[in-house]
Amino acid sequence: MNRTHIISTIVENKPGVLHKVSNMFRARGFNIDSISVGTTEKNDLSRMTIVINADEQTLKQLVKQLAKLIDVVHVDVLDPQNAIYRELALVKLHATETKSRLEIISYANVFDSKVVDVSPEHITVEITGTPDKIDAFIKIVSPWIKELARTGVTALMRG
Amino acid sequence: MSGAKALIKALKREKVEVIFGLPGGAIMPVYDELYNSDIRHILARHEQSAAHMADGYARVSHKAGVCMATSGPGATNLVTGLANAYMDSSPIVAITGQVPVSMIGKDAFQETDIIGISTPITKYNMQPRDPSEIPLAVKKAFYIATTGRPGPVLIDLPKDVQDKSADMVFPNTIEIRGYRPNIQPDPLAIAKAADLLLSAERPIIMSGGGVIIANAFQELQAVAEFLQAPVATTFKGKGSFPENHPLSLGSIGMHGHPEANKLIIEADVLLAVASRFSDRSVGRFDEFIATGIKIIHADIDPSEIEKNLPVHIPIIGDVKVVLTELLKVLIKKAVKKERTIWLKRVEEVKQEFRSKQDFGSNEITAPKIIKKLRELLPIDTIVTTEVGQNQMWASLHFDVIKPGTFFSSTGLGTMGFGFPAAIGAKVACPNVPVVDIAGDGSFGMTANSLATSVLEKIPVIVVILNNGVLGMVAQWQRMFYNRRMMAVNLHNVPDMVKLAEAYGAQGIRVQSMDEFTKAVKLALSSDVTTVIDVIISPEEDVLPFVAPGSALKDMILA
Ligand SMILES: Cc1ncc(C[n+]2csc(CCOP(=O)(O)OP(=O)(O)O)c2C)c(N)n1
Ligand SMILES: [Mg+2]
Repeated sequence: MNRTHIISTIVENKPGVLHKVSNMFRARGFNIDSISVGTTEKNDLSRMTIVINADEQTLKQLVKQLAKLIDVVHVDVLDPQNAIYRELALVKLHATETKSRLEIISYANVFDSKVVDVSPEHITVEITGTPDKIDAFIKIVSPWIKELARTGVTALMRG
Repeated sequence: MSGAKALIKALKREKVEVIFGLPGGAIMPVYDELYNSDIRHILARHEQSAAHMADGYARVSHKAGVCMATSGPGATNLVTGLANAYMDSSPIVAITGQVPVSMIGKDAFQETDIIGISTPITKYNMQPRDPSEIPLAVKKAFYIATTGRPGPVLIDLPKDVQDKSADMVFPNTIEIRGYRPNIQPDPLAIAKAADLLLSAERPIIMSGGGVIIANAFQELQAVAEFLQAPVATTFKGKGSFPENHPLSLGSIGMHGHPEANKLIIEADVLLAVASRFSDRSVGRFDEFIATGIKIIHADIDPSEIEKNLPVHIPIIGDVKVVLTELLKVLIKKAVKKERTIWLKRVEEVKQEFRSKQDFGSNEITAPKIIKKLRELLPIDTIVTTEVGQNQMWASLHFDVIKPGTFFSSTGLGTMGFGFPAAIGAKVACPNVPVVDIAGDGSFGMTANSLATSVLEKIPVIVVILNNGVLGMVAQWQRMFYNRRMMAVNLHNVPDMVKLAEAYGAQGIRVQSMDEFTKAVKLALSSDVTTVIDVIISPEEDVLPFVAPGSALKDMILA
């Protein structure tokens, strides 16, 4: 049965590592939903957070293939119960009438998100949270969406 | 010290004695340093052959083989050799020239992104951007190539990095935080495996290529004899167990021995040692496990466990250690097995197929030639093959008696591998005969290595089973495409005897079994490369045969 999994890996922070990782996914036919890369507390290490929708078998293989890459230092499969995971989205909404604009702002408030840019034609909202929360927000404001940018999930283990 | 000098010094520190290569603009600073070095450089006539030579050298010496090429086309010519070594877990270190750092990304003359190209077909690759990085890069390359599951590593050296000088530090040891190749097998898994094997009624061992890599022949034989379990090898594992041993079933798979294919699906417990369960070995995965067989899988590469099919007991570790530990536990738990019923069945199946063996009615057929060749060659002869029918006939009819004396391009199936690989093997083992069992099509792909073998005085023997066709493709066209023969006729061009002679090698054409015997004897006593051109029928099929995508039980016998 397919389920969403979050894989958190620590990799060497040097040129070409992202290529090695993403190329392995492509060559072995793994389909990933998102990948986000950033620095860690150590200069020479980066964290890649990978989200994949897969069955247990595929997940296991993917983890082993990741661990096999020499520039991958550590691989963790995060248990959603035991992890903090967040995604950020910027949502540009097209709204000129006051009624729509007020509606958007109230949704933004309900979702604990921020209006970061306003122009006569558009309102841009920044929202952070679990992917579910962002999905829900996007659904509710979908009639107005003009442009959307999501970062993909980044995550850490609790505790 | 310049980068080029540091490279040579680092190679010397890794005890490199020989490099197979072909120079060009972007690697000239390194070649200039080789001028002063006592490392032997063997000039190939095509970089693919240089890589195969390094591969053949590595497979018999268990050391890394080194090959070298220039940037651009030199580097891309290495690609087939790298992919071949990757699929067969062979440790080679490839060094390529690259355009200067400032030119990278500018589509400079002979620039190619060999790092990008080689990523999926190397165990690791690197491009030092500063000369001071070279000593560590070389240390890393050899360490990664030869430890754990071996494989090819590529170092791409921009020309200015070869030229520029820096202070060099040569490390003696290395640790890589993302790479821990020495996994100790879990004693619990070994104990469970021992219990399962001891409770089995019809146990069987499948020995893969990793047994050869790990040099675990004695350990394997001891376990097999203790359990009284028959041993089938994969094709890559051919020669990991003496094929004249009473427990030997020969190789399994598409062109495996019929007794091995038949008995493996009658077994109740399978001990798979360092095999990757390739489709060529076990046929359809679903049908293979539908037999209800319980599988113990030992491998050094954790990603091989359950990659292709589910297993009951995985054991991760160096199979030499695994087998040693397993034997200890077995001895502690039980006395040596008597296994009359299963071994009687094994003998029955062996006899059944052996009595049916048909070597054809022509004076010369491929099976007859290969049987004869076995008789004529000393048992320590190193034998390799090309790809196609010649390879499968070798699999079926050439019994490897001394473990580790046979290898072939099994994973990639690279036509043209055998001959240069034989040259590489001969460089590593100059005192034993080295023979390439070849097809005419394959031999043509790297025949210009004749120049290397003659000029560098590396005599090997090539036995061409010359059917005048791309025989394996022709066989599939006969069997699956209604005899619509398309693009398979090679018209016996070139004349292989004249070709050999053109390079200063010895060429002998053979049209009878007597002539063949004479030719092999002459070749064995010659100090020049000998090409024995054996003319066989273009219509011969290799049988038995498990068709691609079908199950072992559906093996076609005749
Ligand atoms: C480089 C390469 N190209 C194509 C193939 C596909 N192929 C597999 S076997 C074969 C025929 C080989 O002919 P030959 O070397 O004469 O051997 P034979 O089968 O006749 O013994 C071909 C073309 C291959 N394995 N490798
Ligand atoms: Mg042929």
